[in-house]
Amino acid sequence: MYDIAIIGAGIAGSYIARELSRYKLNVVLLDGENDVGNQITMANSAIVHAGFDAPSYKLKGKFNAVGNIMYEKVCADLDVPFKRCGSLVVAHDEYELATVHELYKNGLINGVPGLKILFKEEVHAMEPNLNETVCGALYAPTAGVVSPFELCVNVAENAVDNGVTLKLNHLVSDIKKIDDHFSITTNAGTIEAKFVINAAGVYADDIYEMVGEPYFQLLARKGNYFIFDKEVGNLVNNVIFPCPSKKGKGILVAPTVHGNILIGPDAEPVEKGDTSTTADRLDYIKQNALKNCPSLPFNKIIRSYAGFRNTPVADTFTTTDGDFIIEESPVKGFINVAGYESPGLTSIPAVAHYVVEEIIKPMIPDIKENMDYNPKIRPRIRFDELNEEEKIAIIKENPKYGKVICRCETITEGEIMDVIHRSVGARTVKSVKKRCRAGTGRCQGGFCSPRVIEILARELNCPLDEVMYDQQDSTYILSGKTKSAKSEVKS
Amino acid sequence: MKKNMTCIVCPIGCQLTVEPKNDGTFEVTGNGCKRGPKYAYAEMTNPTRMIPTTVVIKNAMLPRLPVKTAQPIPKGQIFDAMAAINQVVVEAPIKTGDVVLKNLLGLGIDVVSTRTMNKC
Amino acid sequence: MIYDVVILGGGPAGLAAAVEAKKESAENVLILERDRELGGILNQCIHNGFGLHTFNEELTGPEYAEHYINQVIELGIPYFLDTMVLDMVDQGDLKVIHVINEKEGYMAIQTKAVILTMGCRERPSGAIGIPGYRPSGVFTAGTVQRFVNMEGYMPGKEVVILGSGDIGLIMARRMTLEGAHVQAVCELMPYSNGLVRNIVQCLDDYDIPLKLSHTITFIHGKDRLEGVTVAKVDDHLKVIPGTEEFIPCDTLLLSVGLIPENEITRNAGVEMDSRTNGSVVGELRQTSMPGVFACGNVVHVHDLVDFVSEEAVLAGKGAAKYLKGQLDTNITFTTLNGDGISYVVPQKVSLKNVEEKVTFYMRVRQVFKDKVVNAYIGETLIATKKEKKLLPAEMVNFKIAKNILAQYPAGEIRFVIEEAKK
Repeated sequence: MYDIAIIGAGIAGSYIARELSRYKLNVVLLDGENDVGNQITMANSAIVHAGFDAPSYKLKGKFNAVGNIMYEKVCADLDVPFKRCGSLVVAHDEYELATVHELYKNGLINGVPGLKILFKEEVHAMEPNLNETVCGALYAPTAGVVSPFELCVNVAENAVDNGVTLKLNHLVSDIKKIDDHFSITTNAGTIEAKFVINAAGVYADDIYEMVGEPYFQLLARKGNYFIFDKEVGNLVNNVIFPCPSKKGKGILVAPTVHGNILIGPDAEPVEKGDTSTTADRLDYIKQNALKNCPSLPFNKIIRSYAGFRNTPVADTFTTTDGDFIIEESPVKGFINVAGYESPGLTSIPAVAHYVVEEIIKPMIPDIKENMDYNPKIRPRIRFDELNEEEKIAIIKENPKYGKVICRCETITEGEIMDVIHRSVGARTVKSVKKRCRAGTGRCQGGFCSPRVIEILARELNCPLDEVMYDQQDSTYILSGKTKSAKSEVKS
Repeated sequence: MKKNMTCIVCPIGCQLTVEPKNDGTFEVTGNGCKRGPKYAYAEMTNPTRMIPTTVVIKNAMLPRLPVKTAQPIPKGQIFDAMAAINQVVVEAPIKTGDVVLKNLLGLGIDVVSTRTMNKC
Repeated sequence: MIYDVVILGGGPAGLAAAVEAKKESAENVLILERDRELGGILNQCIHNGFGLHTFNEELTGPEYAEHYINQVIELGIPYFLDTMVLDMVDQGDLKVIHVINEKEGYMAIQTKAVILTMGCRERPSGAIGIPGYRPSGVFTAGTVQRFVNMEGYMPGKEVVILGSGDIGLIMARRMTLEGAHVQAVCELMPYSNGLVRNIVQCLDDYDIPLKLSHTITFIHGKDRLEGVTVAKVDDHLKVIPGTEEFIPCDTLLLSVGLIPENEITRNAGVEMDSRTNGSVVGELRQTSMPGVFACGNVVHVHDLVDFVSEEAVLAGKGAAKYLKGQLDTNITFTTLNGDGISYVVPQKVSLKNVEEKVTFYMRVRQVFKDKVVNAYIGETLIATKKEKKLLPAEMVNFKIAKNILAQYPAGEIRFVIEEAKK
């Protein structure tokens, strides 16, 4: 019997697990996928928002700016790439300038530090590649960019290092409240726990319905994105937001923490799980991004993708108003962390702290601190970022760091072997890519994916054709060996 | 009956026009060199193709050894040939030109290695 | 130790350049190769058709490579395998190449001359942004070529190929021979991007349909590829609504173009040509950086390895001349791609370095029939070449003798496609 079961090992579930590992609790982190952070965490804008958008009376407004300030420490502790690059909300006319002023005021209420309204000249001096028509902007120096999947993987690793049990490939199909505990049925056995934290992303409403009367409903809103080659990575320095409208934050142009440029997302209600890109949507993004950044070179695109947000539906059936749902549900001992869309990534350090300190702790009176809790993980070697002396030294120590596997991003075999053998180790080509960027460059794995498959097969001691790209069993890369077709003769 | 075909003897790919004559020979036009008519004749009477493929190799750096038919084989027998070649297993070391399968399908044509592979 | 010539890449260009430089009396030549063996991409190109121009016989890729590898060994040219070049720093007379490998660790190799022969890479699916999902089962054709031919693994059973580049066509046959079923090859353009012989030998022979003016509009399957939607495009390459067709498949191969791999070149500050995506080169393949030469697919994507070897000989000669202090740096001519032509290599000519002739390589923008390629200096027609058929997929080589060029003052040589005079 676990003290607490967390359903969903995305950024929310994983971070809450790590926060819980500060205490002597028996915690299990469950996910249906074969890796942590494989859905919403995997495909989003990767932005650490300053916190001027949401009104202060909402949880989104309450946690955003606070979460933002916590990023430095957690990213330092967990060796996660994070860059406080700043953001600009750009205005093209008087109406939009008025919106910029409103955001400024709201930002002050939310406690966002350093906000400044920039005049036209100041904006263009800061971002020479913006459209001439931009006539002013809200500058938020605390906005940043992060690698969300690396954050999630490392948070989960730290949680596991501090005693949390991670169970991947455990898809929850039923939950029953039995006396003082919950019995969670999964495709890989039954888990029992005294408390449940539901952090199942876009499926959180389905999960809750297994145990209680529905009171919220989540809508998957898909967003398409493009990633540009690093060659044009200095096109913008800040995250560039258009002025928000009723539809949302609009199409942004942002640097990524690894030096690419990202544009997106649109917002389209879809069925849960639909992460397909569509031609018209991709075109819509292009056209809108060009409004702010007319020199975007579309021949330098290296990837397009789509992810979804889990937006709470505000209608008569539900009691939510589009805010995060972070509370103990009507079912006692069952805590929902749902509707956790943007700025969820930014807010999570603050939200996880809140969930543990304000919700869980009062439920467990005899809770004890985990004296062995270590907030840090062993940093990864990032060969490309080392100086000459360090490079010489590391190859001497481990020659595998002398063998470059991903040519585009200069990722060595040593780094790939390391991410396979960590406590939340990579098991698939995609999970290697998430952790150490092998295959994220301009050739998109053309050269290195066969090498990565070989390394995975060797390190995990399995044949090449058992290595998966992503999901277990359904994303095989190779279908078998040549020469196995026996003497069948075609006519 | 006139027939148009693309000569594939070399990468230039001349567009040949082949006209059968009464005496059983063919009149070929459009060829850039004298290999063209030869090709056209063969295509009209007995089209043949080289088969470059691989065989299983043991104790080598790689699990497959590239091979080819030493001569072009009849086009109609390509899949039979593949079935026979797929059964071949060789051991390193192998040198370029080594015969890995003698007298393929009784055609009098050998399958030979197209690279050297050392034992490892 | 200071090397005379260091060669960045042990593929066909690097091998031939090394051999030529050594023969032309460059003493200390070194080849740096990032893969586990010399030969480059030829090792996975097990099909025949290589070397007709060079050796007058039809070799397979490994045989063609072995021919040069043997020469490298006979000439005692040293090479490092599994060695990655991190960067190249120009220090005037000396260049410093920073490399790493497992055995020697981190090295700063000093050399007087450098020949860049890094080759090219395939354009990935991300770059062409096909809408839909991103399942496993979508590969570039070259990646699969290596899996099938070298590692002995098949990627799937029901195959669709997008793009009619040569690797795509070759893989259509290869997959068929290994028991897979190739449903179709789709090509966006109204003409094929591969050599004619490959269409005949790899598609027609096996009744694999080549769907010209077709593209893929959607990739189906969240986990493993389940199929693709294929549609016809109009003259402006826009999808014609209503022509969509679902083709079930578990494997999609992309053969949608090759891009010269010039990260090192760009970072070092060598002048680039946006038309070729390679460096600007002279008649002996000298770049804008004295002592740095480039040849093969890193300069412009070739369709035949024979011409890569031909170009590599020039670069080898050039590097040897440079070492002897005999390389003339005065530029006599520049070249320009005129009507119908998308690029010309070399971009510059120093006539003093030319022995008998200059071979200009170029590609046409579209399919032409019964035209001439004309070379002009100013308004004067200096050379002409009749062509029955010109295809973008097939490189044109246009030779102009030195004694013709020598009749003209310095200037610009402009190549254009024109009507053949009756």
